[in-house]
Amino acid sequence: MSFSRRDTLALGAGAVALTALPLRVSAAASADEVINAFTGGADVADGGVELTAPEIAENGNTVPVAVAAEGAAAIIIVATGNPNPNVATFNFGELSGASSASTRIRLAGTQEVAAIAKMADGSFKKASRTVKVTIGGCGG
Amino acid sequence: MKFKTMSLVAAVAVALPTFAIADADDDKLVVNGDMEMVTKTKAAAHLDGALDEAISGWHFRSDETQALQADDFDNPGMIYVDQAMDDWVKVEGSEGKSCASCHDDPAESMKGVRAVYPKWNEETGKLHTLQTQINHCRTERMGAEPLKYAKTKINRMEAMISSHSRGMPVNVAIDGPVADIWAKGKEMYYTRFGQLELSCASCHEENYGNHIRSDHLSQGQINGFPVYRLKNAKLTSAQARFKGCIRDTRAETFSPNSDEFHALELYVTSRGNGLSVEGPSVRN
Amino acid sequence: MAEGVKPRVKAPKSAAAGETVTLKTLISHKMESGQRKKKDGSPIPRSIINRFTCEYNGKSVIDVAMEPSISTNPYFEFKAVVPEAGDFKFTWYDDDGSVYETTKSVKVG
Repeated sequence: MSFSRRDTLALGAGAVALTALPLRVSAAASADEVINAFTGGADVADGGVELTAPEIAENGNTVPVAVAAEGAAAIIIVATGNPNPNVATFNFGELSGASSASTRIRLAGTQEVAAIAKMADGSFKKASRTVKVTIGGCGG
Repeated sequence: MKFKTMSLVAAVAVALPTFAIADADDDKLVVNGDMEMVTKTKAAAHLDGALDEAISGWHFRSDETQALQADDFDNPGMIYVDQAMDDWVKVEGSEGKSCASCHDDPAESMKGVRAVYPKWNEETGKLHTLQTQINHCRTERMGAEPLKYAKTKINRMEAMISSHSRGMPVNVAIDGPVADIWAKGKEMYYTRFGQLELSCASCHEENYGNHIRSDHLSQGQINGFPVYRLKNAKLTSAQARFKGCIRDTRAETFSPNSDEFHALELYVTSRGNGLSVEGPSVRN
Repeated sequence: MAEGVKPRVKAPKSAAAGETVTLKTLISHKMESGQRKKKDGSPIPRSIINRFTCEYNGKSVIDVAMEPSISTNPYFEFKAVVPEAGDFKFTWYDDDGSVYETTKSVKVG
């Protein structure tokens, strides 16, 4: 298949613009450590946790995310590809109105963001999504 | 020459078919549930068909970013407005005054001010941007040191003053004593700069709605300035952005408060005449 | 104490007894992550707000352990139950030992 110069330019620009390359393996190992510290090594079931995050982050410096898990005592957010994967842990108190919270986080590049909830009965649930972080054009 | 530039930008735009949002969306911006913003309006007459519609930069951002501007407690730019309110009542300079000494409650006294700046100043015989005017008051009325242009303290004062004109239409004069300056600004807007030989118009008039790599190009309107940029998590002034844009064409750029940028700020503001003042807005 | 740190909180001025309300909090803080480097290549040390708490009449609403991946000017939105009239107390704890606080009163009935 022969590419015209324009095609090559276009493909090259497209590939560079999305940092689809996997981030360093060492960061991922650390994400597991963070999760294990939270769960004490217990099993984590999928589902029962809502993680709201954009599909494509407008800018990796400030990414709005929200977590919710009905009946959860605490929820941790883990950015598996960040140099510090532990983002925050929300501990819901006696007068919490709902086991939910929103915040804004930094994402170093395209990666999987996970939310793990510790339920009132001591069990763990999780949800995760991939958030694409782009490198902008001129302004970005 | 023109063809070569167009095709590079066009090729890049074509390379990202995964982006669903190409043109500006149709959402409505209502701040705090009651401040309706005009974010699309018939283009000012002086544009002479160069644009059909003036569209606020708000429309070119993702849904998540747009939401950040809808509530003054979501908008991080408002933290700076709070800080500016502290500055407003602080006594500084040889005259023992604060801004409040003359201007009292900015919600009253500053209403409508942002909407008409940059503006001719009879006293100095010069074009004043809002930042120039802030420093003019400081040095001439307060006997205080001027603030550094395009830096945090003056940006947040501009943001606070601007916040009291939100929802009002941008309405800068382009005739009379400013006519020549406006013409210079217009010329600069259409001048190609840098190794990349891009003019403001190359992106913001000929390619708004398209992407440059993964940036969604807006019309480059500045009705929302000073803007809280997610990228550096702080306020950016219009002239700081001009400086960055020209630097990005790989040119020797100009400085904030230069004559060139005064002229450009007047012209670019006038391209948005009719849009609501949004500052401080939230952008990428 | 980090300079110019200012909290900004949205809380209702009044609520019905037992109502669930939404709170929004912002605070100006650089949240220096420890990842950035100076021009000479030496690292800029971490300096963040590491904990945020909200209490109502002394009872915990939320307690957030914060790490460097929280963005500059930390923002939290969460819900609280208002059983009776009282005060929300919002507290932020800085790495450098500073504590920032603000209080919002709520009327009931």
